[in-house]
Amino acid sequence: MRIGRAHVWLAAFAAGLVLSHSAVAADAGKGQQAFMKYGCWQCHGTMGQGGTNGPKLAPDPIALEAMSAFIRSSNRQMPPYREQVLPNEDLADIHAYLASIPKPPDYKTIPILND
Amino acid sequence: MARKDSRPEVSRRKFLAGVAVAGAAASATTAKAATPGTTAADVKRLPSALPPTAHQIAAETGVPKDVPHLAGKPGSDFMVDVIKSLKIEYVYSNPASSFRGLHESLINYGKNSMPEFITCTHEENSVAMAHGYAKVTGRPQMILCHGTVGLQHATMAIYNAWCDRAPVIVVGGNDLDAAKRPPGVPTFHSAQDINAIVRDFTKWDDTPVSLQHFAQSFVRAYKYASTPPYEPVAISLDAGIQDAPVDDPTLFIPRYTPSAPPHADLNALRETAKLLVNAERPVIVADKMARTADGMKYLVELAELLQVPVVDQHGRMNFPNNHHLDGNAQLIRDADFILGLEVSDFWNTVNAYIDNGDEHGHGNRESRLRPGNNTKLVTISSVELLTKANYQDFQRFQPVDIAMVGDAQASLPALIEAVRSAIPNDRKAAYEKRGEAYKKAHQQARERNKQAATLAWDASPISTARVCAEVWAQIKGLDWSLNTMPGGMSGWPRRLWTMDKHYHHFGGSGGSGLGYDLPASVGVAHANKALGRFTVSLQRDGDFMYSPGAVWTAAHHQIPMLTVMHNNRGYHQEVMHVQRLSNRRNRVASLGNTSGPIGTSIEAPDVDYAGMAKSMGWWSAGPIKDPKELAPVLKRAVEVVKSGQPALVDTWTQPR
Repeated sequence: MRIGRAHVWLAAFAAGLVLSHSAVAADAGKGQQAFMKYGCWQCHGTMGQGGTNGPKLAPDPIALEAMSAFIRSSNRQMPPYREQVLPNEDLADIHAYLASIPKPPDYKTIPILND
Repeated sequence: MARKDSRPEVSRRKFLAGVAVAGAAASATTAKAATPGTTAADVKRLPSALPPTAHQIAAETGVPKDVPHLAGKPGSDFMVDVIKSLKIEYVYSNPASSFRGLHESLINYGKNSMPEFITCTHEENSVAMAHGYAKVTGRPQMILCHGTVGLQHATMAIYNAWCDRAPVIVVGGNDLDAAKRPPGVPTFHSAQDINAIVRDFTKWDDTPVSLQHFAQSFVRAYKYASTPPYEPVAISLDAGIQDAPVDDPTLFIPRYTPSAPPHADLNALRETAKLLVNAERPVIVADKMARTADGMKYLVELAELLQVPVVDQHGRMNFPNNHHLDGNAQLIRDADFILGLEVSDFWNTVNAYIDNGDEHGHGNRESRLRPGNNTKLVTISSVELLTKANYQDFQRFQPVDIAMVGDAQASLPALIEAVRSAIPNDRKAAYEKRGEAYKKAHQQARERNKQAATLAWDASPISTARVCAEVWAQIKGLDWSLNTMPGGMSGWPRRLWTMDKHYHHFGGSGGSGLGYDLPASVGVAHANKALGRFTVSLQRDGDFMYSPGAVWTAAHHQIPMLTVMHNNRGYHQEVMHVQRLSNRRNRVASLGNTSGPIGTSIEAPDVDYAGMAKSMGWWSAGPIKDPKELAPVLKRAVEVVKSGQPALVDTWTQPR
């Protein structure tokens, strides 16, 4: 599996404020473990590719703030993950993991996807 | 297995009369030892091994009496004549004593041909194989089982067939006459009314008490099962009439005449046509509609006539996915007219259920229809002809504007004619414009699907898109047939493969009872074998574990098929349910020593599906975890199947 181990620094500034949990580096490696531990992979796939039960999350995940807002308050099929279940640090790591996933190739370069 | 031991301790036909006497003598001795009033000291004085009595010695050393021969033809031979008159190809069965008379007649008197006895390892497999076979051919096959324990095993598969509208003739052995039937296990295996357990989900059942009654009931059962809406039927097979000699010279086999399928009301069809031709954004939704190739042909004709998109819910292969009018469920929202054809759940077609815990934990329900559209809803369905009260397969009630009771496929030609007559000349240009827009949208959707398939392309576990793309690369040049639901594996088969023949898939199990995919695939492959078609199955691991004995049946009867394991090592529907509830209750789901919540994983140990298949006579490979290894293994497996043998490739996949 192509799992980026490089640390990804979060955008530390949002609306001019420093997020308390982003004072430390988010870790893509830890994020991958958290992605499995909290069951994100069950609907979104281990690389955030999406599937029948969950949309694609990577590459190019939505901004951490938007992702956090949705995860904390989802009232649709996606169950909400509140902070006592998924701490902010782990959420930031998960975002870093998703951000580390490279873009896929163009389908035209894959012979079996071109009849 | 205990139930296989259902031979009478004392043969009902005194087949081993001497041995029976010996057994009775031994029982009497035991009974004496345990007689109330006998003291412990008395019992203690008895020797541990008594010398044999004169009767016992004679029974064990003497020459048994001649077995009495039946004068003339046994009743079960006549039953075979009845079954043969209907040209039933196969009897799927796990052998059992309660139908031994018919079993013997089938293989000896009937020469094990038309029907041929197919040995199954579980009654659930028997029914699912007949279910799969019927979906390919449209013809009901027969399953034979013990009327009690066997039928209890078979019930879930019969329920699937009921929900899926598949014809299966279930025959359960029983020994009704309590005064004559043997004691012990055969009486455990008898019941007053064996069909009671399946009456809520069979179309019809009967308990014949004579050979003529059997002939009438069997032909009637075949007729009812074969008339749309197709459904399973059940016959109780009495032991007494199997074994009794045929002594009635007036016995006859009733002639079978197929019944015409029920047709929708013509006035209602004309009213529907008027609404359809004038709608701006009409949508057709088809579920279990196309019973044969004609179903797809008619639907394409109707759709093209007005350039109306079709949302195929894939209960059957209703509409070609490479057609520009192959639509998706998003179209429902903007529709101003929706025609549902044999839709199992019309409420859920036009409404959505959100499993979010609202409304006291029941979840939200909301309309999928855009407010203000005043969408007209019309249905053609044969289900209302069969609705029963107990099991809730009729789904939530949905009010509609026009409801027609009838078989949709049979009713489409009349609807097409009504539409032709109703088309106003000034609407034709609008239809053409609509069609052009759908052509563009369809092409874009195909390209989006291909690009989406590249996500996690090299991942391990292997993405479901990659597995499906690799399988497609190997089979696309063949005349192929997929048994499993094309919406599985995140819908990648229908998103990547070209499906334009009515046998390219056969929908799902119907009732979503696990243990269907594997044996039904064997049934599909069995039917396809005679048609020269290549059968492929994308096999869920959880389903496989319910019914692995079907693998042996395929090998034993040389039924070629390619099984590609969708081995995600879990019951993923349940993985997500437990995860959802954990989150809703602000708890982290406990994983135990597996990757899914406790109770939902099939790991530790991992199951060696290739090893299982190999042990039962299949060519097999895997588990394949690196996607780059897939192509050569699948290529080899396809060659094995083309040579006439079954093959299994175990792939470790992403969850969905």
